[in-house]
Amino acid sequence: MKGMIFIDVNKCLGCKSCEMQCAIEHSKSKDLFKALAECPIPQGRVKVEKVQDLAVPLQCRHCEDAPCIKVCPSKALDRENAESPVLIDQERCIGCKMCVIVCPFGVIRTDKKGKAMIKCDMCFERLKRNELPVCVVSCPTKALEFKTSEGIAKDKRKDYLTHFKK
Amino acid sequence: MSNKPNKKTVDPASQKMIDRAQKEGVATSWDRLEATEPQCGFGKLGICCTVCHMGPCRVDPFGEGAQVGVCGADADTIAARNLLRHIAAGAAAHSDHGRDVAHTLLMVGEGKTKDYHISDERKLAQVAQYYGIAVEGKSKEQIATEVAKEALAEFGRQEGELKFILRAPKKRQEIWRKLGIVPRGIDREVVESMHRVNMGVDMDYKNIINHGMRCALADGWGGSMIATDLQDIMLGSPTPIRSKVNLGVLKEDMVNIVIHGHEPTLSEMAVKAAKDPEMIELAKKEGAAGINLAGICCTANEVLMRHGVHVAGNFLQQELAVMTGAVEVMMVDLQCIMPALHEVTTHFHTKLITTSPKAKFPGVEHIEFHEDKAYEVAKQIIATAIENYKKRDRKRVDIPKESMDLVAGFTSEYVFHMLGGKYRSTFRPLNDAIISGRLRGVAGVVGCNNPKITHDWAHLEMVKELIKNDVLVLQTGCSALACAKIGLLTPEAAAKYAGKGLQEICEAVGIPPVLHLGSCVDNSRILIAASEVIKEGGLGEDLSDVPAAGAAPEWMSEKAITIGFYFVASGVFTIFGGAQPVLGSKNLTKYICEEMEGITGGKYAFEEDPIKAAHMMIAHIDKKREALKLAPVMYADKKEPAKV
Repeated sequence: MKGMIFIDVNKCLGCKSCEMQCAIEHSKSKDLFKALAECPIPQGRVKVEKVQDLAVPLQCRHCEDAPCIKVCPSKALDRENAESPVLIDQERCIGCKMCVIVCPFGVIRTDKKGKAMIKCDMCFERLKRNELPVCVVSCPTKALEFKTSEGIAKDKRKDYLTHFKK
Repeated sequence: MSNKPNKKTVDPASQKMIDRAQKEGVATSWDRLEATEPQCGFGKLGICCTVCHMGPCRVDPFGEGAQVGVCGADADTIAARNLLRHIAAGAAAHSDHGRDVAHTLLMVGEGKTKDYHISDERKLAQVAQYYGIAVEGKSKEQIATEVAKEALAEFGRQEGELKFILRAPKKRQEIWRKLGIVPRGIDREVVESMHRVNMGVDMDYKNIINHGMRCALADGWGGSMIATDLQDIMLGSPTPIRSKVNLGVLKEDMVNIVIHGHEPTLSEMAVKAAKDPEMIELAKKEGAAGINLAGICCTANEVLMRHGVHVAGNFLQQELAVMTGAVEVMMVDLQCIMPALHEVTTHFHTKLITTSPKAKFPGVEHIEFHEDKAYEVAKQIIATAIENYKKRDRKRVDIPKESMDLVAGFTSEYVFHMLGGKYRSTFRPLNDAIISGRLRGVAGVVGCNNPKITHDWAHLEMVKELIKNDVLVLQTGCSALACAKIGLLTPEAAAKYAGKGLQEICEAVGIPPVLHLGSCVDNSRILIAASEVIKEGGLGEDLSDVPAAGAAPEWMSEKAITIGFYFVASGVFTIFGGAQPVLGSKNLTKYICEEMEGITGGKYAFEEDPIKAAHMMIAHIDKKREALKLAPVMYADKKEPAKV
């Protein structure tokens, strides 16, 4: 499955369902009730941030020219190929937080133990099973969608023309 | 451990109708569940607070985000307040039902309705005695008037104690008094609940839950008990009766009327009107062979217990009954009626008719029920169904053939006395059976269906496992109907499913190993039966001493939470199939699932695996047997799991 996580800022109600499901997806048990008892307690990779009236779920954009990969001194941040998600190798990470400094979106955070960094992995294991990223699936208003950038652009062109005709 | 089946239902009749709905593009609860998934985790955990307009606030269960709401309420306070709201809503539902019944009895006493009568004078005298009403020299109407007035006064009582509390064992009453949770008035406890959960009132989760128990007791030993007893007085106390259950009871050549909801007042009249020669004549004129009444949910249980009216199905079958294409009218009153019914009926000729001023659908025909012209209203509804018969599209009729025999109509007054034979009316034989170890103990398995759990599966697995281990199972509500569908409510089921000890008892007395005690307000019958067991002697002094446990394996309604709490507050170990919305607060969870045992003698457990849950109940029963120093269970070796 190829694509990126698309955010429709007009649809987000700020319910934080994506945050919760992301934490569950990154737990050992993948079950809400059991996850609460896990040690360390699982952490979500997406955060809903709010500025004035705007609530937006933010997660790694998996930049084409990812600054985090460039600055990582231990090569912990990397991607398999140009289309793959940017991932952190927790074993290699030395926790220097250079990536936090250079990330334009503030979506890289320290893990609970404070030893390594965590970030959105675009649910790459789910993608391999042909399942959508869990934040997308969990969004009750469909504010999050999984689309290719070309798909997004095409939808926008259509939208534009529809409005144009009106 | 049991293997959770990956399907919507274990009932073949229901499966057929689900398949049909899918094929014809009619959405059912299972489709709607899928559309709502994943359901909100904050709601599941009970840590979303919508009490005031500073919020809504949620506590982050993973500990990173907010740990308190705007007002400072933490997960403990938020979850406990939410739970108390649920308890109050459940208590309100059952109790308002009780109030309506009391009101009808008052009309009977005062001669303001000709359609209802005093059918059980013995029970009337018995209830009069609980209320301290002298009966000598009074007409039954006079007694009924006084009983109804006393019952209605219980709702508005401001001080003192509910009268029916005195029906509990003395020791239990003392426990409640010491905890300060004896209900004063039914309405008062519900109102106080709503006060306490208001912004900025009760912050202490233990204090909140303690009031929750008081409110729940006002339901179990108040509103629900009034509903049961006064219904028995007016409509007659049930006695064992044979009937049939499942969608196959709908008839291809008859006018089918499905009655769905909870209060038996109107459905009782519908039963009468369906037998009215004038109505039958009318049906025949329309080319039907007659009028066929079938129930859904607890209305079904009420008319089943008293008249043997066939049952179309339980909660999750309400839409499926319509899917047969053979239902002329679905008549509903209140509680557990799915708003989706309207949409489903639009796919067929079926007319949905609402009857309660408290429960209407937008755009649905409403024929309002009034006690003073009850029979007239019932006839009008039946006439509407007959009129609608010709609109039935015969090509679209598809009634599953499945139906099963059952015996229902057991009550605390009847069944256990029956164990002693008609001439030896006493609870002694039941107590002796437990004391001798022929019976391991008693379990109440009750409650709803929930599409999140394979329909009927958890009920069946749990009940089969319990009876296999010589536990007599008492049932009410949709749980009883689930078990009825595979024949567990027939005397023959004992030989097939029950352990040897239970088998011996069932064979000697001629009862099924699973006893149907009625609707969900009739859970009060279980409380009374347990109190009678204590009174009989030999099994301790308090309800918490009895080798017994309770469960609601497929619960969904707020009423189930209230029932759970009045059982826990009465000293009963109670298992819910899915967790109540409390797990977001570790303290609250620990309080109701662990610490409570040291307070009321009862406690909760949440366990989705019905076999595991059954064994938790069995272990609890064994623990109680040991505490009473009873003989070991007579036939300890267990049968292999029953196959269906």
